[in-house]
Amino acid sequence: MKTSHDILVVDDEPVITQAVVRVCGADGLSVDVADSATAALARLEKATYQLIICDVMMADVDGFAFLEDVGRRHIKTPVIMSTGMSTMENAVRSLSSGAIDFIPKPFTADELLTAVRRGLNYSRLQAAAAAGAPAPQDMLAWVPCPAQYYRLGYTSWLAQEPDGTVKIGAMDLFLKSLDAVQLVTLGAPGDEVVQGGSCATLAAADGLVHGVLCPVSGKIVEVNRLVASSPAVMERDPYFEGWLYRVLPSELQYDLQHLGACSSDRM
Amino acid sequence: MFQKLGLKLTIAVGVIALVTITIFAVFNTRSVNRSLLDEVERHANQLSEAVKSGTEYDMMLNQRERIHETIKRMGTQASISRIRIMNKGGAIIYSSDTTEIGQMVDKKAEACTMCHAADEPLEHVAMEDRTRVFRARAGAARTLGIINPIYNTPTCASAACHAHPPTQLVLGVLDVTLPLAAVDRDIRRGQLEMVIFAVAAILALSLIIGLLVARWVAMPVRALLEATRHVAGGNLNYVIPETRRDELGMLARSFNNMTRKLSEARLQLVQSDKLASLGRLAAGVAHEINNPLTGVLTYSSFLMKRTANQPEVQDDLKVIVRETIRCREIVKSLLDFARQSVPKKSQADVNDIIGRAAAVVENQLSLAHVRLVRELAHDVPLITVDANQLQQVFINLFVNACDAIGPAAGSGTITVSTRRLKLSPVGITQIKQAQCPKRHSLMSDEVRIDGKPSIRVKARADGNEGFIYRDPMFGLTRHQFGLALTSTAGVQVTCPECATSLLEAGASCPACAAAVFAFEVPTKGMVECCTNRACTWQRWPEVERLGDRDFVEMRIHDTGCGIAPDEQLRIFDPFYSTKGQKGTGLGLAVIWGIIDNHNGTITVESAVGAGTTFVIRIPVEP
Repeated sequence: MKTSHDILVVDDEPVITQAVVRVCGADGLSVDVADSATAALARLEKATYQLIICDVMMADVDGFAFLEDVGRRHIKTPVIMSTGMSTMENAVRSLSSGAIDFIPKPFTADELLTAVRRGLNYSRLQAAAAAGAPAPQDMLAWVPCPAQYYRLGYTSWLAQEPDGTVKIGAMDLFLKSLDAVQLVTLGAPGDEVVQGGSCATLAAADGLVHGVLCPVSGKIVEVNRLVASSPAVMERDPYFEGWLYRVLPSELQYDLQHLGACSSDRM
Repeated sequence: MFQKLGLKLTIAVGVIALVTITIFAVFNTRSVNRSLLDEVERHANQLSEAVKSGTEYDMMLNQRERIHETIKRMGTQASISRIRIMNKGGAIIYSSDTTEIGQMVDKKAEACTMCHAADEPLEHVAMEDRTRVFRARAGAARTLGIINPIYNTPTCASAACHAHPPTQLVLGVLDVTLPLAAVDRDIRRGQLEMVIFAVAAILALSLIIGLLVARWVAMPVRALLEATRHVAGGNLNYVIPETRRDELGMLARSFNNMTRKLSEARLQLVQSDKLASLGRLAAGVAHEINNPLTGVLTYSSFLMKRTANQPEVQDDLKVIVRETIRCREIVKSLLDFARQSVPKKSQADVNDIIGRAAAVVENQLSLAHVRLVRELAHDVPLITVDANQLQQVFINLFVNACDAIGPAAGSGTITVSTRRLKLSPVGITQIKQAQCPKRHSLMSDEVRIDGKPSIRVKARADGNEGFIYRDPMFGLTRHQFGLALTSTAGVQVTCPECATSLLEAGASCPACAAAVFAFEVPTKGMVECCTNRACTWQRWPEVERLGDRDFVEMRIHDTGCGIAPDEQLRIFDPFYSTKGQKGTGLGLAVIWGIIDNHNGTITVESAVGAGTTFVIRIPVEP
């Protein structure tokens, strides 16, 4: 019988793993530690986890290689990437390689907990879907992303408009993995957004504040006021009525390389 | 090389002179010879006529002894070789050379053939045909002979001696021969003079050409060679004095221009190389510092959460968390600069940012007795900037100014001023996006003009096809042409990707009437350009309609030690520092990167001892 933990944290820096153990442990979560990707894979043989938090730059096998290995072994456990090289490129690469989230180092206890909660919720949703069970009672039915859309991991989507701009919004799964959104803080037209950077914050009922990572770089040309006034519209219709911005992309062809097609949006 | 060039030119000029002068000398000598001979001939003829008329009377009287005597005496003159008279039968009757009297002259002899060639002898012959030039024997001097026929006259036929019947027309011939030794001497002297003149002329000409070539060609070429050696040795600041106005002067100017451009390119290369190493350094630093920072930040923020009911530690913990987050932002901005990523921009008041920056350095300035004077305009519009980054710019510039004033001066002043400024969009507005009607991007990263991606269109004219890379700075014309575009008629301009024509139907250039093509700048309207390569017309109504663009200008002036002109070129280089161990040399490089990311410019005005002013201009509309 495999042992079971909530979280596996993989980092070659003891101070990081201890900090995660301390913060998440205080929140009632059980945390297991691996100091390398190889050790982590060995642990995954023996135990089951709800969530993995993995560093990108490690001495032996780096985080991206670990992510690939996890995918190859059909381990369904969602992975959150983290790195001190907190560049947009690493954020985008993590999400497009299959990680569900990216936490730039250094992070505060709240930032860590927000990401962990979201990750655990995602994990629950995924487990429910895999079991063929209906969605948990407190969650609405899962809405698939339209096939012609593009997505950045499971956080945000992008749809090309006929006039050369793109509409962007948050993915249904992302919204489902947080508590009911109470307040949406949006940018203004003319603001620059960067792929992999946070472009909007969603304050949930449980007091956690989540950033939406932008799927594209460019300039905001229109903001969906409807979402700001009634955040519930996002959860009701995330892919049409619930869009966030219309953006004039600066390097769409480049950005699209890091996005997946929504037709592959299946858990 | 230049020696060979000079030598070649000199030899060429010498050969041409040699040929010309030789041809001239040959013709001249011939002509002089002919006229000299003509003169002698005429002289001989006159002499022969004189002998004839001098002896005529004696002949009439048949005074043979007197004739003998006259001829003999005349023949003794140095200028006369021989005088003789032959009768019709060919016998020599009189001669200055008495030994040959009575001898017969052969009709076949050279002197006689002119008249006696035919059976019946000629009776009248022109003077030129009666003269002959010959040598008595091989090696002897030349001699000129002239035959003068003695005609029968009525007085001869009716003379008392009755020697000649009236039917006889020619009674005999007078043969006078003159020595040509003197004439030949003259000719030889003339020829010699001609040769001396020719040699002297050729030598003088070659010498003058050689000197001129040395002065006009060899010297400047040597200067150029010297310059190429300096440049090859790495000294790109070597300048050839531009004193000449000829082609070599133009070459020198063009050479200087080339080295200047090269030196600029090298500077740029070095800059980007330094930026690359800075990027690697930043990446390493970020990774190394962010891990320990994570420990600090996580634990301190965790502690802050847990001690929410202990206000006495809350405040202290807040400081730790805030300052650690500040560290995080600093490391992040280093990474952002190294990767040239887009700053987090929002609308901000520059005066506020300056106020916040001033608050940070206030203590440091008052310790150094430096006064900070604010001359902030109140009508400065809000600009879209990353307030944190811009604050960092001001803090760095204030600290630099404070260091420049130094402790020894006792006190100094930093003046920071802001104002709004209008600048024409022409030449300062960059076209960053361009697309065809089917929304294919026309921007080309392969060809960069002044470091910025160019706008690439396909052009076809006269069967030639190629790309035109247009200057992305609106109003400037540093375009690059990938095809020869000589005519303006029938030029086709298309999108390189979908071949859709970009020509505007019915439109023509107001400057030169050639066809006009256009492309779209998303959300900023159409840009129209002339297809004529020589024409500079272009129009961007959307930008021109806005007129002059608004800028916010910020000036930071200090009364410090100033910056030498050659240092001014390098102060924005990464790792360039004049502060020795105190500085990293990154401050101004980071500032430059930040301002550049805001589409702004930063320049420095300074003189040693007179202080320094940094001028930052950021467009109000990004």
